[in-house]
Amino acid sequence: MAALAERGAPPSARSRTGPGLPVGLRYSLPVLTLLAIGFAAPLAAVIAFSFVEPRSFDLWSEPTLANYSTIFEQTFYRSFLWSLFFAAATVLLLALICYPIAYGLARLFGRWSNLVTLIFVLPLFISENVRLYGWVLFLIKGGVLLGSVKTLTGIELTSVLFTPPMIVFGMVYVYLPFMLFPMTLGLSMVPREVTEAAFDLGASRWQVFREVELPLAMPGIVIGALLTFVLGVGAIAEAKVLGGQSVIPIAHDIEIAFTYAQNWPLGAALSVLLMLVVGLLVLLVLRRFDLDRILGRR
Amino acid sequence: MGAGPRRWVKPLIVAWTAAVCFFLYLPVAAGALASLSQSRYFTFPIAKWSTSWWGKTFDSIQIRELIETSIIIALVVTAISVVLAFFGALAFARYQWSGRTIYQRIVLLPIFFPQSVLGLALLLWFNALGLTLSWQTAVFAHLIWIVPVATLVIAIQAYSFDPALEEAATDLGATRWQVLKEVTLPVLWPGIFSGALFSFLLSWGNFPLSLFTTGADSTVPEYLYAKMVAGYTPGVPVLGTVSTLGAAVLLLGGYGLVMLGRRARGA
Repeated sequence: MAALAERGAPPSARSRTGPGLPVGLRYSLPVLTLLAIGFAAPLAAVIAFSFVEPRSFDLWSEPTLANYSTIFEQTFYRSFLWSLFFAAATVLLLALICYPIAYGLARLFGRWSNLVTLIFVLPLFISENVRLYGWVLFLIKGGVLLGSVKTLTGIELTSVLFTPPMIVFGMVYVYLPFMLFPMTLGLSMVPREVTEAAFDLGASRWQVFREVELPLAMPGIVIGALLTFVLGVGAIAEAKVLGGQSVIPIAHDIEIAFTYAQNWPLGAALSVLLMLVVGLLVLLVLRRFDLDRILGRR
Repeated sequence: MGAGPRRWVKPLIVAWTAAVCFFLYLPVAAGALASLSQSRYFTFPIAKWSTSWWGKTFDSIQIRELIETSIIIALVVTAISVVLAFFGALAFARYQWSGRTIYQRIVLLPIFFPQSVLGLALLLWFNALGLTLSWQTAVFAHLIWIVPVATLVIAIQAYSFDPALEEAATDLGATRWQVLKEVTLPVLWPGIFSGALFSFLLSWGNFPLSLFTTGADSTVPEYLYAKMVAGYTPGVPVLGTVSTLGAAVLLLGGYGLVMLGRRARGA
Protein backbone atom coordinates (compact mmCIF):
# COMPACT_ATOMS: atom_id res chain seq x y z
CA MET A 1 0.00 0.00 0.00
CA ALA A 2 2.83 2.35 0.80
CA ALA A 3 4.27 1.56 -2.59
CA LEU A 4 0.99 2.54 -4.16
CA ALA A 5 1.07 5.89 -2.43
CA GLU A 6 4.62 6.62 -3.44
CA ARG A 7 4.08 5.72 -7.04
CA GLY A 8 1.04 7.95 -7.33
CA ALA A 9 1.47 11.25 -9.04
CA PRO A 10 -0.09 14.17 -7.17
CA PRO A 11 -3.84 13.94 -7.80
CA SER A 12 -5.95 16.81 -9.02
CA ALA A 13 -6.28 19.68 -6.61
CA ARG A 14 -9.92 18.79 -6.04
CA SER A 15 -9.34 15.59 -4.17
CA ARG A 16 -6.59 17.11 -2.13
CA THR A 17 -8.10 19.09 0.69
CA GLY A 18 -5.66 18.29 3.47
CA PRO A 19 -1.96 17.79 3.81
CA GLY A 20 -0.37 14.37 3.29
CA LEU A 21 -2.04 11.51 1.47
CA PRO A 22 -4.80 12.16 -1.07
CA VAL A 23 -8.30 11.83 0.39
CA GLY A 24 -9.24 8.89 -1.81
CA LEU A 25 -6.25 6.87 -0.68
CA ARG A 26 -6.88 7.77 2.95
CA TYR A 27 -10.51 6.66 2.70
CA SER A 28 -9.48 3.41 1.06
CA LEU A 29 -7.10 2.49 3.87
CA PRO A 30 -9.61 0.90 6.28
CA VAL A 31 -10.94 -1.43 3.58
CA LEU A 32 -7.45 -2.19 2.28
CA THR A 33 -6.20 -2.94 5.78
CA LEU A 34 -9.12 -5.29 6.40
CA LEU A 35 -8.47 -7.11 3.14
CA ALA A 36 -4.74 -7.26 3.84
CA ILE A 37 -5.23 -9.07 7.16
CA GLY A 38 -8.37 -10.94 6.23
CA PHE A 39 -7.86 -11.84 2.58
CA ALA A 40 -4.25 -11.50 1.43
CA ALA A 41 -2.70 -12.90 4.61
CA PRO A 42 -4.94 -16.00 4.82
CA LEU A 43 -4.28 -16.75 1.16
CA ALA A 44 -0.56 -16.38 1.79
CA ALA A 45 -0.95 -18.77 4.71
CA VAL A 46 -2.69 -21.27 2.43
CA ILE A 47 0.13 -21.02 -0.09
CA ALA A 48 2.70 -21.49 2.66
CA PHE A 49 0.79 -24.45 4.08
CA SER A 50 0.71 -26.17 0.70
CA PHE A 51 4.48 -26.67 0.96
CA VAL A 52 4.42 -28.21 4.44
CA GLU A 53 4.93 -31.96 5.14
CA PRO A 54 1.67 -33.88 4.53
CA ARG A 55 -0.54 -34.26 7.59
CA SER A 56 1.46 -31.84 9.68
CA PHE A 57 0.08 -28.66 11.24
CA ASP A 58 3.37 -26.89 11.69
CA LEU A 59 3.94 -24.02 9.32
CA TRP A 60 7.64 -23.71 10.13
CA SER A 61 8.99 -26.97 8.75
CA GLU A 62 11.14 -27.88 5.76
CA PRO A 63 9.27 -26.96 2.54
CA THR A 64 8.26 -29.88 0.34
CA LEU A 65 6.42 -30.48 -2.93
CA ALA A 66 4.96 -33.76 -1.64
CA ASN A 67 1.40 -32.41 -1.55
CA TYR A 68 1.46 -31.34 -5.17
CA SER A 69 2.90 -34.65 -6.33
CA THR A 70 0.16 -36.45 -4.37
CA ILE A 71 -2.44 -34.40 -6.22
CA PHE A 72 -1.00 -35.24 -9.61
CA GLU A 73 -0.59 -38.93 -8.76
CA GLN A 74 -4.15 -39.34 -7.56
CA THR A 75 -7.43 -38.72 -9.31
CA PHE A 76 -8.12 -35.20 -8.08
CA TYR A 77 -8.09 -33.99 -11.67
CA ARG A 78 -11.50 -35.63 -12.04
CA SER A 79 -12.97 -33.39 -9.35
CA PHE A 80 -11.37 -30.41 -11.04
CA LEU A 81 -12.85 -31.35 -14.41
CA TRP A 82 -16.29 -31.97 -12.90
CA SER A 83 -16.22 -28.60 -11.17
CA LEU A 84 -15.12 -26.77 -14.29
CA PHE A 85 -17.73 -28.60 -16.35
CA PHE A 86 -20.54 -27.90 -13.88
CA ALA A 87 -19.57 -24.24 -13.69
CA ALA A 88 -19.40 -23.88 -17.48
CA ALA A 89 -22.77 -25.61 -17.94
CA THR A 90 -24.29 -23.35 -15.28
CA VAL A 91 -22.99 -20.21 -16.97
CA LEU A 92 -24.35 -21.29 -20.34
CA LEU A 93 -27.79 -22.21 -19.04
CA LEU A 94 -28.04 -19.08 -16.91
CA ALA A 95 -27.11 -16.84 -19.82
CA LEU A 96 -30.04 -18.27 -21.78
CA ILE A 97 -32.45 -18.19 -18.83
CA CYS A 98 -31.55 -14.71 -17.63
CA TYR A 99 -31.31 -12.78 -20.88
CA PRO A 100 -35.06 -12.33 -21.44
CA ILE A 101 -35.56 -11.41 -17.77
CA ALA A 102 -32.70 -8.93 -17.81
CA TYR A 103 -34.10 -7.45 -20.99
CA GLY A 104 -37.48 -7.12 -19.31
CA LEU A 105 -35.96 -5.50 -16.21
CA ALA A 106 -33.92 -3.05 -18.25
CA ARG A 107 -36.55 -2.22 -20.88
CA LEU A 108 -40.07 -3.47 -20.45
CA PHE A 109 -41.17 -3.65 -16.84
CA GLY A 110 -40.91 0.07 -16.12
CA ARG A 111 -42.02 0.86 -12.61
CA TRP A 112 -42.61 -2.83 -11.92
CA SER A 113 -38.95 -3.61 -12.31
CA ASN A 114 -38.18 -2.55 -8.72
CA LEU A 115 -40.62 -5.12 -7.41
CA VAL A 116 -39.36 -7.82 -9.78
CA THR A 117 -35.80 -7.01 -8.66
CA LEU A 118 -36.84 -7.47 -5.03
CA ILE A 119 -38.37 -10.85 -5.84
CA PHE A 120 -35.08 -11.95 -7.37
CA VAL A 121 -32.93 -10.45 -4.59
CA LEU A 122 -34.67 -12.08 -1.66
CA PRO A 123 -33.39 -15.63 -2.30
CA LEU A 124 -29.83 -14.29 -1.96
CA PHE A 125 -30.53 -13.78 1.72
CA ILE A 126 -31.82 -17.26 2.35
CA SER A 127 -29.08 -19.73 3.10
CA GLU A 128 -28.51 -21.85 -0.01
CA ASN A 129 -28.85 -25.00 2.08
CA VAL A 130 -32.37 -24.09 3.04
CA ARG A 131 -33.37 -23.47 -0.56
CA LEU A 132 -31.67 -26.59 -1.87
CA TYR A 133 -33.25 -28.64 0.86
CA GLY A 134 -36.61 -27.28 -0.28
CA TRP A 135 -35.91 -28.96 -3.62
CA VAL A 136 -35.17 -32.21 -1.84
CA LEU A 137 -38.54 -31.99 -0.09
CA PHE A 138 -40.17 -31.19 -3.41
CA LEU A 139 -38.52 -33.87 -5.52
CA ILE A 140 -37.83 -36.73 -3.15
CA LYS A 141 -39.77 -39.98 -3.34
CA GLY A 142 -43.00 -39.32 -1.46
CA GLY A 143 -42.30 -35.58 -1.63
CA VAL A 144 -44.49 -32.82 -3.02
CA LEU A 145 -44.12 -33.70 -6.71
CA LEU A 146 -43.95 -37.49 -6.69
CA GLY A 147 -46.45 -37.76 -3.85
CA SER A 148 -48.94 -35.69 -5.83
CA VAL A 149 -48.34 -37.69 -9.01
CA LYS A 150 -48.90 -40.91 -7.12
CA THR A 151 -52.14 -39.78 -5.47
CA LEU A 152 -53.53 -38.34 -8.68
CA THR A 153 -52.55 -41.05 -11.15
CA GLY A 154 -51.37 -43.98 -9.09
CA ILE A 155 -48.09 -44.04 -11.02
CA GLU A 156 -44.94 -44.31 -8.96
CA LEU A 157 -42.02 -42.51 -10.58
CA THR A 158 -38.41 -42.68 -9.52
CA SER A 159 -36.92 -39.50 -8.14
CA VAL A 160 -34.45 -37.51 -10.22
CA LEU A 161 -32.56 -36.58 -7.06
CA PHE A 162 -28.96 -37.51 -6.33
CA THR A 163 -27.72 -37.55 -9.94
CA PRO A 164 -25.08 -35.30 -11.58
CA PRO A 165 -27.60 -33.31 -13.68
CA MET A 166 -29.32 -32.34 -10.42
CA ILE A 167 -26.09 -30.65 -9.34
CA VAL A 168 -26.20 -28.38 -12.40
CA PHE A 169 -29.89 -27.79 -11.74
CA GLY A 170 -29.11 -26.74 -8.16
CA MET A 171 -26.30 -24.45 -9.30
CA VAL A 172 -28.50 -22.79 -11.91
CA TYR A 173 -31.06 -22.27 -9.20
CA VAL A 174 -28.68 -20.86 -6.58
CA TYR A 175 -26.57 -18.62 -8.83
CA LEU A 176 -29.37 -17.14 -10.93
CA PRO A 177 -29.26 -13.67 -9.28
CA PHE A 178 -25.49 -13.46 -9.81
CA MET A 179 -26.01 -13.71 -13.55
CA LEU A 180 -29.22 -11.72 -13.71
CA PHE A 181 -28.16 -8.48 -12.02
CA PRO A 182 -24.87 -7.81 -13.84
CA MET A 183 -26.66 -8.71 -17.07
CA THR A 184 -29.42 -6.20 -16.30
CA LEU A 185 -26.79 -3.55 -15.58
CA GLY A 186 -25.18 -4.37 -18.91
CA LEU A 187 -28.43 -4.20 -20.86
CA SER A 188 -29.44 -0.92 -19.26
CA MET A 189 -26.18 0.49 -20.64
CA VAL A 190 -27.52 0.07 -24.19
CA PRO A 191 -28.97 3.45 -25.18
CA ARG A 192 -32.59 3.16 -26.31
CA GLU A 193 -31.96 5.56 -29.20
CA VAL A 194 -29.35 3.24 -30.67
CA THR A 195 -31.67 0.23 -30.86
CA GLU A 196 -34.49 2.41 -32.17
CA ALA A 197 -32.21 3.85 -34.82
CA ALA A 198 -31.25 0.33 -35.85
CA PHE A 199 -34.92 -0.66 -36.15
CA ASP A 200 -35.67 2.49 -38.14
CA LEU A 201 -32.87 1.64 -40.52
CA GLY A 202 -34.61 -1.65 -41.19
CA ALA A 203 -32.68 -4.05 -38.99
CA SER A 204 -34.52 -7.21 -37.98
CA ARG A 205 -35.03 -8.14 -34.30
CA TRP A 206 -32.27 -10.71 -34.65
CA GLN A 207 -29.86 -8.22 -36.23
CA VAL A 208 -30.50 -5.68 -33.49
CA PHE A 209 -29.85 -8.35 -30.90
CA ARG A 210 -26.64 -9.56 -32.53
CA GLU A 211 -25.13 -6.33 -33.70
CA VAL A 212 -26.37 -3.76 -31.21
CA GLU A 213 -27.65 -5.14 -27.90
CA LEU A 214 -25.27 -8.01 -27.37
CA PRO A 215 -22.01 -6.11 -28.02
CA LEU A 216 -23.07 -3.06 -26.00
CA ALA A 217 -24.33 -5.15 -23.08
CA MET A 218 -21.26 -7.40 -23.16
CA PRO A 219 -19.45 -5.94 -20.12
CA GLY A 220 -22.39 -6.75 -17.85
CA ILE A 221 -22.89 -10.17 -19.41
CA VAL A 222 -19.22 -11.07 -19.08
CA ILE A 223 -19.09 -9.94 -15.45
CA GLY A 224 -22.21 -11.98 -14.68
CA ALA A 225 -20.72 -15.00 -16.43
CA LEU A 226 -17.42 -14.60 -14.59
CA LEU A 227 -19.11 -14.25 -11.20
CA THR A 228 -21.30 -17.29 -11.84
CA PHE A 229 -18.38 -19.34 -13.13
CA VAL A 230 -16.14 -18.53 -10.19
CA LEU A 231 -18.84 -19.24 -7.63
CA GLY A 232 -19.76 -22.39 -9.53
CA VAL A 233 -16.20 -23.73 -9.52
CA GLY A 234 -16.17 -23.35 -5.74
CA ALA A 235 -19.66 -24.76 -5.27
CA ILE A 236 -20.08 -27.45 -2.70
CA ALA A 237 -23.61 -27.45 -1.25
CA GLU A 238 -25.36 -28.39 -4.51
CA ALA A 239 -23.38 -31.60 -4.90
CA LYS A 240 -23.85 -32.49 -1.25
CA VAL A 241 -27.54 -31.73 -0.91
CA LEU A 242 -28.95 -32.43 -4.39
CA GLY A 243 -26.20 -34.58 -5.86
CA GLY A 244 -26.18 -37.00 -2.95
CA GLN A 245 -22.41 -37.09 -3.35
CA SER A 246 -22.73 -38.92 -6.68
CA VAL A 247 -19.93 -36.62 -7.83
CA ILE A 248 -17.35 -34.94 -5.60
CA PRO A 249 -16.53 -31.41 -6.80
CA ILE A 250 -13.15 -29.92 -6.05
CA ALA A 251 -14.32 -27.70 -3.19
CA HIS A 252 -15.66 -30.81 -1.47
CA ASP A 253 -12.31 -32.54 -1.91
CA ILE A 254 -10.68 -29.54 -0.25
CA GLU A 255 -13.15 -29.63 2.60
CA ILE A 256 -12.60 -33.36 3.11
CA ALA A 257 -8.83 -32.81 3.27
CA PHE A 258 -9.30 -30.10 5.87
CA THR A 259 -11.87 -31.91 8.00
CA TYR A 260 -12.20 -35.72 7.92
CA ALA A 261 -8.78 -36.46 6.49
CA GLN A 262 -7.06 -33.92 8.76
CA ASN A 263 -4.53 -33.33 5.99
CA TRP A 264 -4.36 -29.55 5.91
CA PRO A 265 -1.30 -29.30 3.65
CA LEU A 266 -3.04 -31.39 0.97
CA GLY A 267 -6.18 -29.24 1.28
CA ALA A 268 -4.02 -26.14 1.03
CA ALA A 269 -2.31 -27.39 -2.13
CA LEU A 270 -5.68 -28.16 -3.74
CA SER A 271 -6.88 -24.68 -2.73
CA VAL A 272 -3.82 -23.12 -4.33
CA LEU A 273 -4.56 -24.83 -7.64
CA LEU A 274 -8.19 -23.73 -7.48
CA MET A 275 -7.13 -20.18 -6.58
CA LEU A 276 -4.75 -20.13 -9.55
CA VAL A 277 -7.52 -21.03 -11.98
CA VAL A 278 -9.99 -18.58 -10.46
CA GLY A 279 -7.50 -15.79 -9.85
CA LEU A 280 -6.03 -15.84 -13.36
CA LEU A 281 -9.47 -15.84 -14.93
CA VAL A 282 -10.76 -12.99 -12.77
CA LEU A 283 -7.70 -10.81 -13.25
CA LEU A 284 -7.62 -11.41 -17.00
CA VAL A 285 -11.28 -10.55 -17.45
CA LEU A 286 -11.53 -7.66 -14.98
CA ARG A 287 -8.49 -6.00 -16.49
CA ARG A 288 -10.44 -5.40 -19.66
CA PHE A 289 -13.32 -3.51 -18.11
CA ASP A 290 -13.81 0.02 -16.99
CA LEU A 291 -15.67 -0.42 -13.72
CA ASP A 292 -16.58 3.27 -13.53
CA ARG A 293 -18.55 2.94 -16.73
CA ILE A 294 -20.39 -0.22 -15.69
CA LEU A 295 -21.26 0.81 -12.16
CA GLY A 296 -21.57 4.53 -12.64
CA ARG A 297 -23.21 4.41 -16.07
CA ARG A 298 -21.55 7.62 -17.04
CA MET B 1 -42.01 1.07 -28.96
CA GLY B 2 -43.32 1.78 -32.45
CA ALA B 3 -40.99 0.14 -34.91
CA GLY B 4 -39.30 -1.69 -32.04
CA PRO B 5 -39.59 -5.34 -31.09
CA ARG B 6 -42.70 -7.19 -32.17
CA ARG B 7 -45.78 -7.14 -30.03
CA TRP B 8 -45.63 -10.74 -28.87
CA VAL B 9 -42.21 -10.27 -27.31
CA LYS B 10 -43.42 -8.48 -24.19
CA PRO B 11 -46.06 -11.00 -23.04
CA LEU B 12 -43.59 -13.78 -23.70
CA ILE B 13 -40.94 -12.12 -21.54
CA VAL B 14 -43.46 -11.39 -18.79
CA ALA B 15 -44.61 -15.02 -18.81
CA TRP B 16 -41.03 -16.29 -18.72
CA THR B 17 -40.13 -13.98 -15.83
CA ALA B 18 -43.20 -15.11 -13.89
CA ALA B 19 -42.32 -18.75 -14.52
CA VAL B 20 -38.76 -18.25 -13.26
CA CYS B 21 -40.05 -16.41 -10.15
CA PHE B 22 -42.39 -19.33 -9.49
CA PHE B 23 -39.50 -21.74 -9.89
CA LEU B 24 -37.40 -19.62 -7.53
CA TYR B 25 -39.93 -19.86 -4.72
CA LEU B 26 -41.10 -23.42 -5.32
CA PRO B 27 -38.65 -25.00 -2.85
CA VAL B 28 -39.44 -22.32 -0.28
CA ALA B 29 -43.10 -23.28 -0.57
CA ALA B 30 -42.21 -26.98 -0.31
CA GLY B 31 -40.35 -26.19 2.93
CA ALA B 32 -43.31 -24.27 4.30
CA LEU B 33 -45.60 -27.23 3.50
CA ALA B 34 -43.22 -29.68 5.15
CA SER B 35 -43.13 -27.56 8.29
CA LEU B 36 -46.87 -28.01 8.73
CA SER B 37 -46.82 -31.78 8.84
CA GLN B 38 -47.35 -33.54 12.11
CA SER B 39 -45.45 -36.72 11.39
CA ARG B 40 -41.74 -36.76 11.90
CA TYR B 41 -40.97 -37.94 8.37
CA PHE B 42 -42.16 -35.92 5.44
CA THR B 43 -44.60 -37.56 3.02
CA PHE B 44 -46.90 -35.81 0.62
CA PRO B 45 -49.86 -35.37 0.52
CA ILE B 46 -49.64 -34.47 4.17
CA ALA B 47 -51.72 -36.91 6.21
CA LYS B 48 -52.17 -34.75 9.25
CA TRP B 49 -51.64 -31.00 9.27
CA SER B 50 -50.42 -29.42 12.46
CA THR B 51 -48.46 -26.51 13.78
CA SER B 52 -47.00 -28.54 16.61
CA TRP B 53 -43.46 -28.35 15.19
CA TRP B 54 -43.68 -24.58 15.07
CA GLY B 55 -44.50 -24.55 18.79
CA LYS B 56 -41.71 -26.99 19.59
CA THR B 57 -39.19 -24.94 17.60
CA PHE B 58 -40.05 -21.69 19.33
CA ASP B 59 -39.95 -23.30 22.78
CA SER B 60 -36.50 -24.75 22.24
CA ILE B 61 -33.79 -22.91 24.15
CA GLN B 62 -31.14 -24.19 21.74
CA ILE B 63 -32.95 -22.65 18.77
CA ARG B 64 -33.32 -19.37 20.58
CA GLU B 65 -29.60 -19.32 21.26
CA LEU B 66 -28.89 -20.05 17.59
CA ILE B 67 -31.08 -17.19 16.48
CA GLU B 68 -29.45 -14.90 19.03
CA THR B 69 -25.96 -15.81 17.85
CA SER B 70 -26.93 -15.26 14.22
CA ILE B 71 -28.49 -11.88 14.99
CA ILE B 72 -25.53 -10.70 17.08
CA ILE B 73 -23.09 -11.68 14.35
CA ALA B 74 -25.22 -9.97 11.71
CA LEU B 75 -25.58 -6.78 13.77
CA VAL B 76 -21.87 -6.45 14.50
CA VAL B 77 -21.03 -7.22 10.87
CA THR B 78 -23.52 -4.57 9.72
CA ALA B 79 -22.17 -1.90 12.06
CA ILE B 80 -18.55 -2.43 11.09
CA SER B 81 -19.09 -2.97 7.38
CA VAL B 82 -21.22 0.14 6.95
CA VAL B 83 -18.51 2.35 8.42
CA LEU B 84 -15.70 0.75 6.41
CA ALA B 85 -17.77 0.60 3.24
CA PHE B 86 -18.84 4.25 3.51
CA PHE B 87 -15.25 5.43 3.26
CA GLY B 88 -14.38 2.58 0.93
CA ALA B 89 -17.14 3.64 -1.46
CA LEU B 90 -16.01 7.27 -1.46
CA ALA B 91 -12.54 6.08 -2.39
CA PHE B 92 -14.10 3.78 -4.99
CA ALA B 93 -16.35 6.24 -6.76
CA ARG B 94 -16.09 9.79 -5.48
CA TYR B 95 -12.42 10.71 -5.55
CA GLN B 96 -10.00 10.60 -8.43
CA TRP B 97 -6.71 9.32 -7.12
CA SER B 98 -3.92 7.35 -8.65
CA GLY B 99 -4.13 3.71 -7.66
CA ARG B 100 -7.90 3.90 -7.70
CA THR B 101 -8.37 1.39 -10.52
CA ILE B 102 -6.13 -1.08 -8.68
CA TYR B 103 -8.08 -0.43 -5.50
CA GLN B 104 -11.35 -1.11 -7.33
CA ARG B 105 -10.09 -4.48 -8.50
CA ILE B 106 -8.77 -5.37 -5.06
CA VAL B 107 -12.19 -4.66 -3.59
CA LEU B 108 -13.83 -6.95 -6.15
CA LEU B 109 -11.48 -9.88 -5.58
CA PRO B 110 -13.11 -11.29 -2.41
CA ILE B 111 -16.50 -11.20 -4.15
CA PHE B 112 -15.09 -13.14 -7.08
CA PHE B 113 -13.74 -15.84 -4.83
CA PRO B 114 -15.23 -19.19 -3.78
CA GLN B 115 -16.54 -18.63 -0.29
CA SER B 116 -15.93 -22.13 0.98
CA VAL B 117 -12.24 -21.81 0.08
CA LEU B 118 -12.11 -18.40 1.75
CA GLY B 119 -13.67 -19.92 4.87
CA LEU B 120 -11.04 -22.65 4.97
CA ALA B 121 -8.23 -20.16 4.32
CA LEU B 122 -9.46 -18.10 7.26
CA LEU B 123 -9.66 -21.22 9.42
CA LEU B 124 -6.04 -21.94 8.60
CA TRP B 125 -5.06 -18.33 9.25
CA PHE B 126 -6.85 -18.13 12.61
CA ASN B 127 -5.17 -21.38 13.57
CA ALA B 128 -1.74 -20.04 12.58
CA LEU B 129 -2.40 -16.97 14.72
CA GLY B 130 -3.48 -19.18 17.62
CA LEU B 131 -6.98 -17.69 17.83
CA THR B 132 -9.84 -19.66 19.36
CA LEU B 133 -12.79 -19.82 17.01
CA SER B 134 -15.98 -18.18 18.24
CA TRP B 135 -18.68 -15.87 16.95
CA GLN B 136 -16.10 -13.07 16.88
CA THR B 137 -13.90 -14.88 14.37
CA ALA B 138 -17.06 -15.52 12.33
CA VAL B 139 -17.76 -11.77 12.34
CA PHE B 140 -14.30 -11.17 10.94
CA ALA B 141 -14.80 -13.85 8.28
CA HIS B 142 -18.15 -12.36 7.23
CA LEU B 143 -16.56 -8.92 6.97
CA ILE B 144 -14.05 -10.06 4.37
CA TRP B 145 -16.87 -10.86 2.00
CA ILE B 146 -19.56 -8.40 3.10
CA VAL B 147 -17.46 -5.20 3.29
CA PRO B 148 -16.66 -5.40 -0.46
CA VAL B 149 -20.32 -6.04 -1.29
CA ALA B 150 -21.45 -3.11 0.89
CA THR B 151 -18.73 -0.95 -0.66
CA LEU B 152 -20.11 -1.69 -4.13
CA VAL B 153 -23.68 -0.99 -3.05
CA ILE B 154 -22.75 2.39 -1.56
CA ALA B 155 -20.38 3.14 -4.46
CA ILE B 156 -23.25 2.91 -6.94
CA GLN B 157 -24.92 5.72 -4.98
CA ALA B 158 -21.64 7.64 -4.68
CA TYR B 159 -21.23 7.66 -8.46
CA SER B 160 -24.24 9.94 -8.76
CA PHE B 161 -22.73 12.30 -6.21
CA ASP B 162 -22.12 15.85 -7.38
CA PRO B 163 -18.73 16.99 -6.00
CA ALA B 164 -19.87 20.60 -6.39
CA LEU B 165 -22.08 20.15 -3.31
CA GLU B 166 -19.10 19.41 -1.09
CA GLU B 167 -17.05 22.17 -2.65
CA ALA B 168 -19.81 24.70 -2.10
CA ALA B 169 -19.99 23.74 1.57
CA THR B 170 -16.23 24.06 1.90
CA ASP B 171 -16.28 27.46 0.19
CA LEU B 172 -18.93 28.58 2.66
CA GLY B 173 -16.51 27.80 5.46
CA ALA B 174 -17.62 24.36 6.60
CA THR B 175 -14.93 22.17 8.18
CA ARG B 176 -14.16 18.76 6.67
CA TRP B 177 -16.11 17.06 9.42
CA GLN B 178 -19.10 19.34 8.88
CA VAL B 179 -19.05 18.66 5.15
CA LEU B 180 -19.02 14.93 5.82
CA LYS B 181 -21.85 15.13 8.33
CA GLU B 182 -24.06 17.74 6.69
CA VAL B 183 -23.52 17.05 2.98
CA THR B 184 -21.90 13.71 2.16
CA LEU B 185 -23.79 11.51 4.63
CA PRO B 186 -27.28 12.79 3.79
CA VAL B 187 -26.67 12.52 0.04
CA LEU B 188 -25.36 8.96 0.33
CA TRP B 189 -27.98 7.94 2.87
CA PRO B 190 -30.09 5.68 0.57
CA GLY B 191 -26.95 3.81 -0.48
CA ILE B 192 -25.79 3.48 3.11
CA PHE B 193 -29.17 2.15 4.12
CA SER B 194 -29.18 -0.44 1.33
CA GLY B 195 -25.61 -1.35 2.21
CA ALA B 196 -26.61 -1.92 5.83
CA LEU B 197 -29.61 -4.00 4.81
CA PHE B 198 -27.50 -6.11 2.48
CA SER B 199 -24.82 -6.57 5.13
CA PHE B 200 -27.29 -7.77 7.73
CA LEU B 201 -29.12 -10.12 5.41
CA LEU B 202 -26.01 -11.59 3.79
CA SER B 203 -24.52 -12.28 7.20
CA TRP B 204 -27.81 -13.77 8.43
CA GLY B 205 -27.98 -16.22 5.54
CA ASN B 206 -24.29 -17.02 5.23
CA PHE B 207 -23.26 -20.63 5.51
CA PRO B 208 -19.86 -21.33 3.89
CA LEU B 209 -17.94 -18.76 5.92
CA SER B 210 -19.68 -19.54 9.19
CA LEU B 211 -19.14 -23.27 8.79
CA PHE B 212 -15.38 -23.05 9.27
CA THR B 213 -15.08 -20.03 11.52
CA THR B 214 -17.69 -20.13 14.29
CA GLY B 215 -16.04 -22.84 16.39
CA ALA B 216 -18.33 -23.83 19.25
CA ASP B 217 -20.89 -21.11 18.53
CA SER B 218 -23.33 -22.10 15.83
CA THR B 219 -25.52 -20.05 13.51
CA VAL B 220 -28.94 -20.88 12.09
CA PRO B 221 -27.71 -21.97 8.63
CA GLU B 222 -25.05 -24.19 10.19
CA TYR B 223 -27.53 -25.86 12.51
CA LEU B 224 -29.94 -26.42 9.63
CA TYR B 225 -27.24 -27.99 7.52
CA ALA B 226 -26.21 -30.35 10.33
CA LYS B 227 -29.82 -31.40 10.77
CA MET B 228 -30.36 -31.91 7.04
CA VAL B 229 -27.43 -34.27 6.87
CA ALA B 230 -28.49 -36.26 9.90
CA GLY B 231 -31.52 -35.95 12.12
CA TYR B 232 -34.28 -34.44 10.00
CA THR B 233 -37.37 -33.34 11.88
CA PRO B 234 -40.07 -30.96 10.63
CA GLY B 235 -38.25 -28.49 12.88
CA VAL B 236 -35.76 -28.07 10.01
CA PRO B 237 -38.28 -26.62 7.53
CA VAL B 238 -39.86 -24.64 10.38
CA LEU B 239 -36.61 -22.86 11.16
CA GLY B 240 -35.84 -22.53 7.44
CA THR B 241 -39.22 -20.91 6.84
CA VAL B 242 -38.80 -18.62 9.84
CA SER B 243 -35.40 -17.51 8.57
CA THR B 244 -36.88 -16.88 5.11
CA LEU B 245 -39.83 -14.93 6.47
CA GLY B 246 -37.53 -12.85 8.66
CA ALA B 247 -35.38 -11.92 5.66
CA ALA B 248 -38.47 -11.14 3.57
CA VAL B 249 -39.96 -8.86 6.22
CA LEU B 250 -36.66 -7.00 6.65
CA LEU B 251 -36.13 -6.62 2.92
CA LEU B 252 -39.66 -5.47 2.11
CA GLY B 253 -39.77 -3.25 5.21
CA GLY B 254 -36.44 -1.69 4.30
CA TYR B 255 -37.53 -1.17 0.72
CA GLY B 256 -40.75 0.42 1.95
CA LEU B 257 -38.75 2.81 4.12
CA VAL B 258 -36.56 3.82 1.19
CA MET B 259 -39.63 4.48 -0.95
CA LEU B 260 -41.24 6.52 1.85
CA GLY B 261 -38.06 8.53 2.28
CA ARG B 262 -37.87 9.18 -1.43
CA ARG B 263 -41.49 10.31 -1.55
CA ALA B 264 -41.07 12.55 1.50
CA ARG B 265 -38.09 14.24 -0.09
CA GLY B 266 -39.75 14.53 -3.47
CA ALA B 267 -42.89 16.12 -2.00
